Amino acid sequence: MDQNEHLKPQIQTMEIDLLLEAIFRRYGYDFRSYARASIDRRVRNFLSSSGCDSVSEMIPKVIHDRAFFSRLARNFSIAVTEMFRDPMVYRAVREKVVPMLKTWPHVKIWHAGCATGEEVHSLAIVLKEEGLYDRSTIYATDFNDDALDRAREGIYETAKFQDATRNYQQAGGKRSFSEYYHAMYNAAAMDSSLRTRVVFSTHNLASDSVFGEMHLVFCRNVLIYFNRDLQNRALNLFTESLIHGGFLCLGTKESLRFTDVKDTFDVVDKKSRIYKKRRPSNE
Amino acid sequence: MNNKEHKPRREVSYHAVVMGGSAGGFKAFIAILSSLPKDYALPILLVQHLHHNDDGMFSRHLSNALKIPVIEPYDKQTIEPGIVYTAPADYHMLVEMNKTIALSTDEKVNWSRPSIDVLFESAALCYGNRVIGIILSGASADGTVGMGAIKTAGGLTMAQDPNSSAYPVMPQAAIDAGVVDYILTAEKIGNKLMALGQKSNQHQ
Ligand SMILES: C[S@@+](CC[C@H](N)C(=O)[O-])C[C@H]1O[C@@H](n2cnc3c(N)ncnc32)[C@H](O)[C@@H]1O
Repeated sequence: MDQNEHLKPQIQTMEIDLLLEAIFRRYGYDFRSYARASIDRRVRNFLSSSGCDSVSEMIPKVIHDRAFFSRLARNFSIAVTEMFRDPMVYRAVREKVVPMLKTWPHVKIWHAGCATGEEVHSLAIVLKEEGLYDRSTIYATDFNDDALDRAREGIYETAKFQDATRNYQQAGGKRSFSEYYHAMYNAAAMDSSLRTRVVFSTHNLASDSVFGEMHLVFCRNVLIYFNRDLQNRALNLFTESLIHGGFLCLGTKESLRFTDVKDTFDVVDKKSRIYKKRRPSNE
Repeated sequence: MNNKEHKPRREVSYHAVVMGGSAGGFKAFIAILSSLPKDYALPILLVQHLHHNDDGMFSRHLSNALKIPVIEPYDKQTIEPGIVYTAPADYHMLVEMNKTIALSTDEKVNWSRPSIDVLFESAALCYGNRVIGIILSGASADGTVGMGAIKTAGGLTMAQDPNSSAYPVMPQAAIDAGVVDYILTAEKIGNKLMALGQKSNQHQ
C-alpha cells in the first residue's frame, strides 16, 4: 500500500476546496457554503464518471469547458422529490394554514427549491380543494433550470403515481387523485389547470434577493444542503419576504432552532415544521 | 502465542462508533447496545434500513430497550458522546468534519435511504483511524463499501458472525471483501465496545 494512502482523504478535501473555489470564481455559483459531506460524496461520484483520475484534474476542465461544468453542477443540485411527500404536512397546511390564508383577498406563495415541481402540483391541488386556488399565485423557484423545465411540463413517470395516490389520500385529499392527471404512454401529465396560477422562475438562494411580499414560504429539504451561514442567508430572505403573520414551512428534519431567525417566528405545527412570522411587539 | 493478525494499531483511542443493520438488525442492535451504560464514552451513529413511514418508531423502540440514550437527530445537530443517533427513515445521515450530523434526501444508495455506505464513508473521512465500524445482520450488500473506507482510513471494523446473524448476507459480503478485522457474535461485539469505550475515555 502507498505509504501516503492515509493522507488521501485530506488531499481530496483540499482538492474539492479548490474545485469549489474555481466554480465560484469562474461561474459565480457558490457551493462553498453547502453542507460539505454531501458535496464530497457527489464530487466523488462524479469523478468516477468524469474520465478524470483526480479532483485536481477536474479543475482545468471545469474552468475551460462549460458543458463539463454544467454536468457537474447538475450533480450538485440533485432534484429528488415526490408528490405529497410527508402527507401530514399537507394535512397541517389544510387545517392550520389555509384558514388564515382565506382571510387575505389575494394569496402569494413562494415555493423555493421546487425542483421538478411535484410539490408545486401537490400544493396547487390542496389550494384548489380548499377553494383558494383562483385567488392565489405560486412563485415556484429553483436554481436548476433543467428541473424547472420539467416542472413546467408536469409530466412524471407512471411509477411515481402509486405512492402519490396513497400520499394524496393520507394528506386529506377530497377527491380521487386520478382526476388530476392524464395517463400517457408510461408517464402521466398533471392537469394543466394546476399550473395556471404558478409562475416558474430561476432564483438562487445563495446569491439572489427577495422579489415580493409573501403570505406563505414553502421551502422543504433545501436548507439541509446548506451550511449554517447559507441557511441563515436563505432564512433571512424568507423572513424579509413574509408579511407579519405569514407562514414558513420547512422540511420535517429542518428546524429554526439555532438559526438567526428563531426568535422571529412562532411554531404553528412542530412536527410539520410550520412557523408563523411574529408581529413586532412594539406595534 | 501472540495472535497479531487482527490487532489494530496499538494505543489508538476511538472517537466514534458507526453501525449498520438491515433485516434482523433490530435484535442485534439490542444485543450489542444493551450492555452499554448511560455514560458510555463514545457517540454511536447507526443506520437501520427502515420503511419510509417509520416516523421515529424504530428509534423509540430502541430507546425503550436501552440504558444509553437514543435519539433521531435533526440536521446539523452536534454529535456528543454517550448518545446513540439513529438515521431517520427516508434520509441519509452523514458526519461533517466539524462533528455535526448532516441529513440528506439525495437518491437512494444500494436501494436504501438511509444507506449504511453513506454514513460509513463520511465517518471514515471525518474520524479517520478513530472510528469503529460494525456491520450486522441483513439481506443486502449495503455497508461493504463503507467498511472498506473505514479500513482504508485505519479504523477498526467488526462484523456480526454470519452464523449467528438472522440474515447472513450483509456481514458475509463485508467479510468476503476482506475489510473486516473481527468476526464476532452480537454479545461479543457489545463486550468489545465496552472495553474500547473505556480505553478511549482514559486517553481523552
Ligand atoms: C432535495 S430537493 C427538494 C425538493 C422539494 N422541495 C422536496 O422537498 O421534495 C432540493 C432542491 O433545492 C435546489 N437548490 C439547491 N441549492 C439551491 C440554491 N442555492 N437556490 C435555489 N435552489 C437550490 C435544488 O436544485 C433542488 O431542486
